[in-house]
Amino acid sequence: MTAQTVLQKLEILADAAKYDASCASSGTGKKNSLGGKGIGSTEGMGICHAYAPDGRCISLLKILLTNHCVFDCHYCVNRKSSNVARARFSPQEVVDLTLAFYRRNYIEGLFLSSGIVKSSNHTMEQIVEVARILREEHDFRGYIHLKTIPEADPEIVHQAGLYADRVSINVELPTDSGLTRLAPDKDARQIEGAMGKVKADLVEAKDARKRFKHAPRFAPAGQSTQMIVGADAATDADIVGKASRLYDNFRLRRVYYSAFSPIPDASAVLPLKRPPLIREHRLYQSDWLMRFYGYKPTDVMQATEADGNLPLDIDPKLAWALKFREAFPVDVNRASKEQLLRVPGLGVKAVGKILASRRHRALRLDDVALLTQSITKVRPFIVTVDWRPITLTDRADLRSLLAPKSEQLELFAA
Amino acid sequence: MTALQHVKLGTYYVVHLPEADDFDFWRERARALVQCDVPPDRIAWVEPGGSGDLFAHGERRMPVPPMDAKPVRANRRFVSLARNAILHSDPERFALLYRLLWRLQSNPRMMEDKADLDVRRVEELDKNVRRDSHKMHAFVRFRLVESEDEEVGEHYVAWFEPEHHILRANAGFFMRRFSNMRWSILTPRGSLHWDTQTMSEGPPAERHDAPGGDPMEDLWRTYYASIFNPARLKIGAMLKEMPKKYWKNMPEAALIPDLIAGAQGREAKMVEKGALEFEERPDTLAAIDKAIHGCRKCPIGQLNNHAVMGEGPQNAALMIVGEQPGDQEDQTGRPFVGPAGQLLDAHLEKVGIDRRAAYVTNAVKHFKYVQRGKRRLHQNPGAKEIDTCRWWIESERAIVKPKLVLAMGASAARGMLGKTVSISRVRGAPIPLEDGSELWVTAHPSYLLRLDGPAREEQARLFDADLAAVRARLEELV
Repeated sequence: MTAQTVLQKLEILADAAKYDASCASSGTGKKNSLGGKGIGSTEGMGICHAYAPDGRCISLLKILLTNHCVFDCHYCVNRKSSNVARARFSPQEVVDLTLAFYRRNYIEGLFLSSGIVKSSNHTMEQIVEVARILREEHDFRGYIHLKTIPEADPEIVHQAGLYADRVSINVELPTDSGLTRLAPDKDARQIEGAMGKVKADLVEAKDARKRFKHAPRFAPAGQSTQMIVGADAATDADIVGKASRLYDNFRLRRVYYSAFSPIPDASAVLPLKRPPLIREHRLYQSDWLMRFYGYKPTDVMQATEADGNLPLDIDPKLAWALKFREAFPVDVNRASKEQLLRVPGLGVKAVGKILASRRHRALRLDDVALLTQSITKVRPFIVTVDWRPITLTDRADLRSLLAPKSEQLELFAA
Repeated sequence: MTALQHVKLGTYYVVHLPEADDFDFWRERARALVQCDVPPDRIAWVEPGGSGDLFAHGERRMPVPPMDAKPVRANRRFVSLARNAILHSDPERFALLYRLLWRLQSNPRMMEDKADLDVRRVEELDKNVRRDSHKMHAFVRFRLVESEDEEVGEHYVAWFEPEHHILRANAGFFMRRFSNMRWSILTPRGSLHWDTQTMSEGPPAERHDAPGGDPMEDLWRTYYASIFNPARLKIGAMLKEMPKKYWKNMPEAALIPDLIAGAQGREAKMVEKGALEFEERPDTLAAIDKAIHGCRKCPIGQLNNHAVMGEGPQNAALMIVGEQPGDQEDQTGRPFVGPAGQLLDAHLEKVGIDRRAAYVTNAVKHFKYVQRGKRRLHQNPGAKEIDTCRWWIESERAIVKPKLVLAMGASAARGMLGKTVSISRVRGAPIPLEDGSELWVTAHPSYLLRLDGPAREEQARLFDADLAAVRARLEELV
């Protein structure tokens, strides 16, 4: 067999990495290459340099160092028992590729993960070595996201955090029983233990920087994680509960959801289906409600249906409003910010505009229409100077009036 | 003297801007005009290349504000919006900004009124410009030009077509990012050149002034195609963020039509290949027996062989699981009748386990082999084949409900646990199973058959010890 070219390796190792949803390059500290020897900058806002036809942004060079793996997780394309083609990059090859892409403005930086080869420590050391060469030898100041391996020595993981903007560990499945069944080599307690250690490092580094200006930064863009949706029997209520516990316990910046998607040479344990993309979308919406709209996990759980899942035909905010109609209508000229944020169809920006504008004029329905995306969706839930939904909020068929037509929903999801 | 001396009532003013994006010039003129109380409808703002026909005979000389003119008021929100909005390609932008500035003098908090049409329009311009700048940061693609002159070195050149006058305003972004790289960005509105020390501006360029390709683009296209997941096709989401107008200057975009066209086929193929829709779980051993004979879920089932069903009492306390039927088992249709079966019988008898009281079966139901002349040589089943067959062994276990399962060999252990374990590490101690029963793991008797001398004696001793432990545990459980 002839040696694989970099192009062949890239094909295999990018393909192997595409099931990780995270691609964010935002939320890190500001840095640029002025006065340095290399290239790179991060200015707070993430940049998506391209979009693939799956609608996902391509911000970072997202690859595995190798897709050889000693683990045998059933949902994973790289599991030991899979017959996919295998490849392995040397750290220097990843460095060269990252710099070549960065110079041409294809990417914001690198998102490096890896299958487990030899041992967890060995793998983690290789990942850290890539980041070290980029930062120390090339003075690279772009974004680096490193996947850390829970079984690896905390000291090596700590090193990763010193080079990276963000580190992440995937919890993979929302329930422990799912993890035991589908990722038999992984251990839920070990994963959470490693996340706890990263959190402690984050807190400590932040504290040190308050006191010493030159204390080293530790993963300024924080840590994130990913959960696979639709591979086990967990309900949306389980998932939301798990996500909120993770946010609380480990100070996560983001919990990503990844709809379980068909993979080549799949495991016999997991029958393949079309990925539940709408479900994934509803979970992200609920995530938004909790992060930006002041919803508590219990609020989102109240929006689920009898089977514990969020409705697919309407968004979770509307689902909540339809269940708690006594909270509406809300007077846009008088209601508090918290009340306005609960109105279906009013986003954070629209609420901000309403709060600012109503100091200048008593808002009429037409004024609200100018400030929102769709007045039709909002109308049943608000009161303005010239509008009051007399019977609308009491109508039994309100849901079908407001739910998007099924064709639209498909378009939205597709 | 009063202002009236400087401003003729009813005069129309024409202001020619030197550059389309010159905010400071606009600000200076606008300030003076406000101080001279010139209403918005008496000023025509003309950018380079624009037409001033409206007030062809307008006054080109600027009025001089009176000494006691009130300072012009503009809050920070207005200034930050105006700085950006002035980069917009809408020729009306200068007039809009002046109108806002004019109105701000009597209503200083007007910018908060988001329902005001002028406020909305300036926010819209600002948003368009910010988006255009953001897309420029994202979609500029540099191509490497190698210079023959060693001194000069590498030069990265990009061709980009912005919608608005954003080039100069974004010079800083590219300078901060690529400060140690020599680069040029060429656009139809002008060009920028950075030589690692200083920024210089050049005239408008054309596409053919920029290089036509870069070898690295093959790698980039490979990456783009490989990172795309065909099972998640969302064309609308892609187009929303990467409209077609940008495609012609992005090397990867040429792949998009083919990626989209092939996506559904690729997904369907994966789903079909992975399709393992088992029907309902059979609830009798006879039903399993019947079903496994028709099972073609994995390649072993496609060979010229017969399924071999487990045998033994339906209420057995002990279930013994082997790897798969061998040549003789395949011919007789019964488990453990070949050489390994005979060896197993001998060891069971030695430690006092009654085989007839146990339910004996295999992790894989069909014989996997390769044909060598007339002989069929045994082949180990693959992990996926074992996992596929777990459906049947789980069904058997659900009916027999043994208190203790003895798995012999790594394949049998995988069939029970779903993961590959090392025999030497897990043997000799129980592993709890989900239904409350326990699993013991030992070597497969065929392993002993392949050894001889002291190694075989040692393994036989270990095997007996495992069996004896199982027997003792069984007596406790029953």
